[in-house]
Amino acid sequence: MKILTCPINGPRPVSEFAYGGELREMPDPARATDAEWSDYVFNRNSVPGVKHEWWCHTPSGVWFIAERDTGSDAVLRTYLYTKNAGGGA
Amino acid sequence: MPWRLVKFALSKSHPEPRMFTRHDALKGVYDVVVIGAGGHGLAAAYYLARDHGISSIAVLEKGYLGGGNTGRNTTIIRSNYLTPEGVQFYDESLRLWRDLSQDFDLNLFYSTRGHFTLAHTDSAMRTMRWRAEVNKHFGVDSEAIDAKSVAAALPMMDLSCGGHGPPVLGALYHAPGAIARHDAVAWGYGRGADRRGVEIHQETEVTGIELEDRGSGPAVVGVQTSRGRIATRKVLCAVAGSTPRMLAMAGLRTPIYIHPLQAMVSEPLKPWLDPVIVSGSLHVYVSQSARGELVMGASLDPYELHSTRSTLDFAESLSAHMLELFPFLSDVKIVRQWAGMADMTPDFSPIMGKTPVKGFYLDSGWGTWGFKATPVCGKTMSHTVAKDEAHPLIRGFSLERFARYELTGEKGAASVGH
Repeated sequence: MKILTCPINGPRPVSEFAYGGELREMPDPARATDAEWSDYVFNRNSVPGVKHEWWCHTPSGVWFIAERDTGSDAVLRTYLYTKNAGGGA
Repeated sequence: MPWRLVKFALSKSHPEPRMFTRHDALKGVYDVVVIGAGGHGLAAAYYLARDHGISSIAVLEKGYLGGGNTGRNTTIIRSNYLTPEGVQFYDESLRLWRDLSQDFDLNLFYSTRGHFTLAHTDSAMRTMRWRAEVNKHFGVDSEAIDAKSVAAALPMMDLSCGGHGPPVLGALYHAPGAIARHDAVAWGYGRGADRRGVEIHQETEVTGIELEDRGSGPAVVGVQTSRGRIATRKVLCAVAGSTPRMLAMAGLRTPIYIHPLQAMVSEPLKPWLDPVIVSGSLHVYVSQSARGELVMGASLDPYELHSTRSTLDFAESLSAHMLELFPFLSDVKIVRQWAGMADMTPDFSPIMGKTPVKGFYLDSGWGTWGFKATPVCGKTMSHTVAKDEAHPLIRGFSLERFARYELTGEKGAASVGH
């Protein structure tokens, strides 16, 4: 990956972007058990494959979602976050 | 030793055996299966056979021996860590390193150079003093030194960093810091294990881990490979960047995440740099190999990727920072560049020992700091596998520490801020 497409600013060199990690559901901190909470805080799904990830276009401060294959580094698509982003991933 | 070579001159055949025996087929059963024929896996197999009397061992390797992070690191050996757990563990490794060439009857080119971790800010100086005190408490030779002493020891270095970044204020000096030939370490452990009956199977990929649950939780009963099934009750997983794939087969979750770590070497130069130099602020570490090449590394690539591709960005930014410290290198050419997949953890300490799956042992989370630990990992993991009980030196590195929120924070001793 050399170029990433920001949903607002269009295709830009990857050096303009910051990686924000995989999009994940946060459990309700008031109700989660200690085990569920530590699983959320620390554990990661690091098997290569297509993931929904947070990325930020740093010059403009736009946060968005990229669907990227972490094995081949191919970006499938990028879009702004909505509640249903990631299809429940 | 040279006398052994005389017989080659007189004999038409070549009596010297190859480094390893090639085994045509896998057996159906082994006492222990080690996944990954890198330094860590082979060291564990070596000590299992030598110290624990277990020789029915298969070491399975997807690619070739020592072809992963064992052959991709920048070969730096040091024990100037921050936590008591880390300092004691890496110091035991340093002690083992010094005798390895004798143990193996193989020259590892182990070379004690001294190691400078440069500090460019007051807060970095504070961490250096902290590390020096913890180190001294455990008998490790480290001291915080000021800019004058750095200038006296390294007259070829520009302490002002060319005015591009904060100047060098001082350093942590660690006299036992060393480098060694990384391939030779894997070959030495591999040959030693092979001679003690361990079978090394290259080009053999693990495709599944067979588990059985008889009411007391999951337990390992076998391993599926690209060359057939193996029955075994003990599996040691030592596969660095491929760890998450193995863990998925065993149904385990961990905090490990994978980022590539790149490195590069220059063309060979006359010897001018004896010690190992690290700058956290400039994201540089460098040493000069016995061949005269400058071996250079920097920080991790900035996002998750399961690939060993190289980038121009890396060579460009690392070269720029090298020139800030050593401007006279501006005509020197870069001749090779490569990457490894680093299995990172949130606290920059490894994840070692037993897991919730009975008989599945983990030697992982070795991120960017695993090479120096090769001998002590072999020692402690062989103990853990043979006795089914974590070795005392690795108790601070257990997988359960995250569920208990008891992290072993070593980020302050990572070679460069990641």
